[in-house]
Amino acid sequence: MRRLLIIAALALGALPPPAAAEAAPKLEAPHYRFDRATIRRGAELFARRCSACHSVSRIRYARLETDLDMPLGTLRDDIMLPSGAHIHQGMMSAMRPRDAAKWFGVAPPDLTLEARYRGIDWIYTYLKSFYRDVKRPTGFDNRVFKNVAMPDVLEPLQGIRAEDGSVIRKGSVSPQQFDRDVAAITAWLQYTSDPSKLAREALGPWVIGFLALFTLLAYALKRVVWRRVH
Amino acid sequence: MSRVLAWVDRRFPLSRLMRESMTEYYAPKNFNFWYFFGSLALLVFAIQVITGIFLLAHYQPSAGKAFDSIQTIMFDVKWGWLIRYIHTTGASFFFIVIYLHMLRGYLYGSYRKPRELLWIVGFVIYVCLMAEAYFGYVLPYGNMSYWGGEVITSIVGAIPYAGPWLASLVRGGFGIGSATLNRFMAFHAVLLPALLGLLVLMHLLALHETGSNNPDGIEIREHPGADGKPLDGIPFHPYYTVKDIFGVGVFLIVFSLVVFYAPTLHGLFIETYNYIPANPLQTPPDVTPAWYLAPYYAMLRAIPEKQLGILVLVLAIVAPFFLPWLDRNPKAKSVRYRPVYLAMVLILVACLLVLGWIGMQPASPSLLPPARLCLALYFLFFVSLPFVSRFEPTRPVPERLRM
Repeated sequence: MRRLLIIAALALGALPPPAAAEAAPKLEAPHYRFDRATIRRGAELFARRCSACHSVSRIRYARLETDLDMPLGTLRDDIMLPSGAHIHQGMMSAMRPRDAAKWFGVAPPDLTLEARYRGIDWIYTYLKSFYRDVKRPTGFDNRVFKNVAMPDVLEPLQGIRAEDGSVIRKGSVSPQQFDRDVAAITAWLQYTSDPSKLAREALGPWVIGFLALFTLLAYALKRVVWRRVH
Repeated sequence: MSRVLAWVDRRFPLSRLMRESMTEYYAPKNFNFWYFFGSLALLVFAIQVITGIFLLAHYQPSAGKAFDSIQTIMFDVKWGWLIRYIHTTGASFFFIVIYLHMLRGYLYGSYRKPRELLWIVGFVIYVCLMAEAYFGYVLPYGNMSYWGGEVITSIVGAIPYAGPWLASLVRGGFGIGSATLNRFMAFHAVLLPALLGLLVLMHLLALHETGSNNPDGIEIREHPGADGKPLDGIPFHPYYTVKDIFGVGVFLIVFSLVVFYAPTLHGLFIETYNYIPANPLQTPPDVTPAWYLAPYYAMLRAIPEKQLGILVLVLAIVAPFFLPWLDRNPKAKSVRYRPVYLAMVLILVACLLVLGWIGMQPASPSLLPPARLCLALYFLFFVSLPFVSRFEPTRPVPERLRM
């Protein structure tokens, strides 16, 4: 029977990989450690650069204190926007969706689940892929998301690039630092899409360790009981 | 204690039930790896019922609130994420366990006389489980839930004459909406679990009437000892209870690895497109079913004509019901003594795996020929079995079990 399992495993492995969506731009995988420090850094960047337009409505401010060990002072001073936000409420953008739709043509989406839906590679590559295009109303377009309505909000950090990638104006941080910043924002959005990940991965070893012990004991019991049969 | 037991036994057959189904139920002593999955299926059923009750306490079955209520479970309900991940992982593991359990039946001829009804009840359980999974899949009301709901109910709509009427009966209107969610929840949380519970009981009663088959496909009851008990049988309790507990341990480790480290399993257990709310105006680029129903979806797409495709789909689901009468080998049941039958089963499994893979791919003309080949081979298994099984070479079957 073991042979059967091996054959089945080989058959599954031999199948070609699923066909990729046609002509999609190549996505780049970010490098970051999914830890509290990275996510906190991402949260600060997000609050400063993104949350004027984008909500992450499912994340209540209070969570950042309990999940990410963020000091209450930092939370109140740097994250909670607009003024008047309540610590137990979700992180809402400063704009009303109706106004935003009028100004940008489309209301900026709530980003709570964006990392689940688009994937982290997409978010990372998208944020790095803005280029100068004077024909667009914002003056920028994006290689990953053509005709995007969003302006290049990270432009002061990254600088301005042409479509072929050449630098038109340098940014305020080095390209390496910019990659780290974008990776931190990506880590933040990965966290918002599934905050349980931190708790899950902390709890996992204990649960599996307990089950391993249980299984070991169960095996020993089985050996003892079955001695009479063999 | 014994006085309490005596009091109960005069009013309820507790001791007798324990004896007949546990301590004096004799099972063959050569059960192998494949015999873990019956008890594991029972375990997953229990897990699904218990986690389902907790989810039901927070879920709101209406088009406007369903998706949000699921997110509330994930973000705000204490341990909600754990309960929901166990439930979603449980759904997929239910099928993994059931498919392995069914394959065991194919391999060792467990459907053969006198276990025909056991097999048929088991297959009814499988069909109910598919319905149960489908209704549950629609409830979170993500965009793939919505379009999956649309596609499957449109299959009902393709039934000649009564179709459109039946489709609007199932949907509770002309499209998927609050009425659909309400009735699907009634099916998913009440009707089908109750039916499944009843069928599982019938499955176990039938099993205990005929006794278990085994990897050799030999009837142990035909070789009783002087005391009337089968020589090759051992009491289910304690031997198989302790063995199954060990199986439960291994299973729960694998299960926990998924729940704690990869709950979506890269979109296989929870689809990416279900992370955006249902949107009737935005069709996902490819509407594909959950992995466990994908082989049937591939069969449906392999046939260009819709009604013919649905007929083929129904035949594919119905065919295994007749297996006890299609297999006519007079000498042996198990693949251990039937090399040709073993090859046929392996080809059948390979076809279903390939069909499952094709069913999860975007529709493409280049995948039609392999899908049709696998579909043809699938039916060839059932059509050729009556002839092959009668004339196939059979190795000598021993009198007694091999350990």
